[in-house]
Amino acid sequence: MSATLSEGAGAGLRGAGWAPARPTVSPAKALVKASLSRGHVEVLQFFRSKDAVVFTLALPVVLLALLASILSGHVQGTSVSYSQVYVTGLLAGGLASTSFLNLGVFIATERENGGLKRLAGTPMPRAAYFLGKVVVVLITSVLEVAVLMVMGHFLYGVKFPASLGRWWVFIWVTLLGGTAMTLLGVAASSIPRSARSAGAVLNLPFLVLEFISGVFVPFTQLSHTLLDIAGIFPLRWIAEGYRSALLPSFIQQAEIGHRWDHVQMAAVMGVWCVVALVFAARTFRWTAKGEG
Amino acid sequence: MGPADLVIEVRGLRKAYGPVVAVDGLDLEMTRGEVLALLGPNGAGKTTTVEILEGYRRRDSGHARVLGEDPQHAGAAWRARRGVVLQSCDDVVDLTVRECVHHFSHFYPAPAQPDEVIERVGLGAKRDARIRSLSGGQRRRLDVALGIVGQPELLFLDEPTTGFDPEARRGFWDLVRDLAGEGTSILLTTHYLEEAEALASRVAVISGGRLVDMGPPGELGGRHDRPAEVSWLGPDGWQRTSTHEPTRLVVQLQAAFGGEVPGLTVRRPSLEDIYLELIGAAGAEGGGAPAEGSPARRRTAPAGPPARARVGAAAKAPAEAPAEAPAGGEP
Ligand SMILES: Nc1ncnc2c1ncn2[C@@H]1O[C@H](COP(=O)(O)OP(=O)(O)OP(=O)(O)O)[C@@H](O)[C@H]1O
Ligand SMILES: [Mg+2]
Repeated sequence: MSATLSEGAGAGLRGAGWAPARPTVSPAKALVKASLSRGHVEVLQFFRSKDAVVFTLALPVVLLALLASILSGHVQGTSVSYSQVYVTGLLAGGLASTSFLNLGVFIATERENGGLKRLAGTPMPRAAYFLGKVVVVLITSVLEVAVLMVMGHFLYGVKFPASLGRWWVFIWVTLLGGTAMTLLGVAASSIPRSARSAGAVLNLPFLVLEFISGVFVPFTQLSHTLLDIAGIFPLRWIAEGYRSALLPSFIQQAEIGHRWDHVQMAAVMGVWCVVALVFAARTFRWTAKGEG
Repeated sequence: MGPADLVIEVRGLRKAYGPVVAVDGLDLEMTRGEVLALLGPNGAGKTTTVEILEGYRRRDSGHARVLGEDPQHAGAAWRARRGVVLQSCDDVVDLTVRECVHHFSHFYPAPAQPDEVIERVGLGAKRDARIRSLSGGQRRRLDVALGIVGQPELLFLDEPTTGFDPEARRGFWDLVRDLAGEGTSILLTTHYLEEAEALASRVAVISGGRLVDMGPPGELGGRHDRPAEVSWLGPDGWQRTSTHEPTRLVVQLQAAFGGEVPGLTVRRPSLEDIYLELIGAAGAEGGGAPAEGSPARRRTAPAGPPARARVGAAAKAPAEAPAEAPAGGEP
């Protein structure tokens, strides 16, 4: 450690015995700066753990390939294959796993290894942490959706959205659904008692939700009761949203409501954004359980 | 000295985790520019105290002011004025040293030059290494870098040099002295008594969550008034005497021997002697038994009861309760 360097930038600023005059930075500027820095670091960290990147992106791809090969054939009396239905289902499932599941487990880990505590000890505006997460989730989700979409197109003949209107649905379902699941992931990260248990704790409800929301089982094969229960949560509506953006219109006859109701989809996702945000704001802890 | 010069003001601080009373009516004051070392056995309540003052933990009762504000309710502007080095942290492993220090500098209104900070903590050669690849001591230096990058007025260091090699420790001492010279007030905890002696203008010894004694390292426990121990090799073997006037004795000895006194040593009690004595006495009165691994447990402290009795007490003391025990409350 070189003592000679101590005469550097800061040394001259202070006289012993007096508090240095501190420049004041406007809160908005501080937030922008901190959030950009958080986003940058989050993305760096994510892409540097190569195995995490590969396996995160690969999971829905592998599941799609498996499920599409297990259940062949077409939705009763239509030209739509089950493989194509699975493409829309796994788009929803993939989006939810990059946002809800990965984020929930990752935050629980950061809480336990002291990363959150260290950040909380700095003047970083608290919101910057969450905005940084939004950046990394957005990038991974868009990648995930793109990979699945390309695979669905070339392997299973799913057409890209046929009109501007359908593209718009595709985009807002991704963004609004992704936001709702991200906020839920933040909220859920406080439930597991430790980082070690986080995967196990969050996977159970998540897998159940995937099964009853038409991710792993085509929506046409699920009972109305199950779909109604799933309808409380956003995932079923995200899956339905992707169907409405990618599958032929006549297939909406097979939905429980016999039509695609975009207002209802957006409303459920929006309400969950608010609920999850309120819950997260009330329960979020910057230190591990038992500390404080 | 007016209250404006107090950077830390603590009265009757108390904090319990369920049945475990970690801090039990602590009084502490720290003036601007001071380096105060908190000493005490494992489980004495040092980290709890420090983390209350940093704003991480809530106190149960008592008065606490840090840089003029209540740490429990202070905001971002206050956080920018103090720096924190936690006792343990194991995060951001996939960044390089440089990226990490730059990143944290973005949170502060008047940060130091990140590259300069990296040099100061002696990580210049490792600036582009991934944090994952650093050794334990190097990681600890990074913790210190992240604690000082905001140019704090007040710096909290919780066992900053644990895991440092002797050379790195000396280097760190230089850094702390430089920071103190620039006017930074520093509160540090340590188990190394020579570190407290080298750095601290005052030392506070706590045991069982209570202040046992506080003072400059040379005066703690009346150290400067203690008799000195003079020993020498006399005609009938080793001689040893305790005296308040060692100079006089040495002069007499010189006359008696007609010159050089064989094997002469004059020794005042070391800070460690005083510390062990204070901790031993505190352990004997209060319930605050020295916990496992503390120096007092390994040796027989002069004023304490026999080591055996204290070991028994330690096993029953609440300090030994598992950390997972239901905590008193959420932060
Ligand atoms: N989060 C917690 N939950 C329950 N008990 C706790 C918690 N943190 C500390 N304690 C207890 O409070 C007491 C004081 O702990 P603290 O960590 O403050 O000691 P310390 O002086 O920092 O010890 P060390 O020298 O080992 O770091 C101990 O008995 C410890 O078991
Ligand atoms: Mg401690």
